[in-house]
Amino acid sequence: MLDRAQRWFADSCAGAGYTLELFLRAMASGRRLGRKRKETLLQLSICCFSSLPVVFIIAVFSGMILSLQSGIQLQRFSQEAALGYLVSAAMCREMGPVFTAIALTGLVGSTFAAEIGTMKVSEEIDALEVNSIDPVYFLVMPRLLALSAAGVVLTVYSDAVGIAGGMLVAKATFNVDPGIFLKNAREALEVKDIYGGLLKALVFGATIATVSCSQGLRAEHGAAGVGRATLRSVVLGFLFILIFNYFLTWILYKLQW
Amino acid sequence: MVTLDDSPCVRHSAPVDYRPLVAAAAIEIRDLTKSLGGRTILDGISLSVLRGETMTIIGGSGAGKSVTLKHIVGLLEPDRGTVRVFGMEVTRGNHGTLDAVRRRIGFCFQGSALLNSLNVFENVALPLREHERLSEEEIRRKVLEKLDLVKLADAGTKMPSELSGGMKKRVGLARAIVRNPEIILYDEPTAGLDPVVGSQINDLILDMQKKLGVTSVLVTHDMASAFRVSNRMALLLNGRIVKVGTPAEFRASEDPVIRQFIYGESEGPLTRERA
Repeated sequence: MLDRAQRWFADSCAGAGYTLELFLRAMASGRRLGRKRKETLLQLSICCFSSLPVVFIIAVFSGMILSLQSGIQLQRFSQEAALGYLVSAAMCREMGPVFTAIALTGLVGSTFAAEIGTMKVSEEIDALEVNSIDPVYFLVMPRLLALSAAGVVLTVYSDAVGIAGGMLVAKATFNVDPGIFLKNAREALEVKDIYGGLLKALVFGATIATVSCSQGLRAEHGAAGVGRATLRSVVLGFLFILIFNYFLTWILYKLQW
Repeated sequence: MVTLDDSPCVRHSAPVDYRPLVAAAAIEIRDLTKSLGGRTILDGISLSVLRGETMTIIGGSGAGKSVTLKHIVGLLEPDRGTVRVFGMEVTRGNHGTLDAVRRRIGFCFQGSALLNSLNVFENVALPLREHERLSEEEIRRKVLEKLDLVKLADAGTKMPSELSGGMKKRVGLARAIVRNPEIILYDEPTAGLDPVVGSQINDLILDMQKKLGVTSVLVTHDMASAFRVSNRMALLLNGRIVKVGTPAEFRASEDPVIRQFIYGESEGPLTRERA
């Protein structure tokens, strides 16, 4: 039992070290982005377009449920008009970046892990290496940059859709005028709220890409190994999003940014 | 009854050093030892491959043949021992040395290892695009020249999923030779192919030696292929090289282990060892 715990701890430390090194190497190879510009743009379009419908549904219902639950409470104090403040702040600071990142983990991160894992077990990664092509530069760097950018772009989209969903519920259920809702929403938002949310989106995107590519590159033992790598990429992606979200929020709060 | 341990080739296998360190050696493997998953795969093997020769490493499944090839290109780190390619040490070398060595080596993988997201032309062009400063016209000329050499000049637009096993092997070979390497490593080049396609692959291996003058190292189970293309052969058994010789020397061997392996007999010292 102790042996297994020790082995698990040693494996986890080795995995964390490998993933951190992978991130640093991918960032360092970003100086050769020019040669991978087409591939990076292709990955960016895949990340964005494949996620748009799911992010739309998640965002619109998040905004709607947030508006509905908050409205029920605010109605008791006849403060329904404040819904605009609440929905916009919650969407831009927390729900937009976090829910978008969760969607990207399931949709894109799992795809990265499965794709690179399959390449690993079918010796395609070895083929790159024997041709002196660094897999980190060739595969990881374009995906890391694309998913980081996609996280930001989709979070802006998610914030807008979520606020629109909240506004619909505010009008339909609590008869809040859309004009007032939007005016309050604009007043509630400071530039730091928007940038703070987008900073989170950037960090989440980079985290998902690094974790997924790391799991893919460490896949072994055929199709079953690729399946395990994909599963681990999703679970670790979710965990890191939640953990990093807390610490980023704490840092932004402390910096009064 | 002769057992594996009684076999002359196994009894005399311990301090094998078949050739002295020779200036003409393209690849020098010395005392190479590797364990994977707690099992010793290579147990101090030593082997020299001379420039321009075709050396075939034969041995049973799991004997460590592919592991040996992967050490030559630095895909695996040995537990002990060294591998030198053209005098440059691969095993303790830095990235620069490894890159310099890999530029002089082409590797044909057992499963071809073509990138599934690229078509045949792009797969073959990949090493050129990444390392050479060539115009698109020059890349096209070089790629078509190599595809023509493997008789696939008209398959450039096909995706790997549209190719048969033999065609994939030939595309893999075209990619391996596109930068005119001095050494080509073949991992089971005829595995899973029908005899006719296997024979075509053997012809290509002979062509590479004849037309390009390359040094080749093959690992294979296919004895017909080994006897056809090799200048010398090495038998790998239980993690050790137990015999190195010409195909004629292998054929003439009276050693029961060698005879059982090369003639594929179901009864003999190898079978008793496994039982």
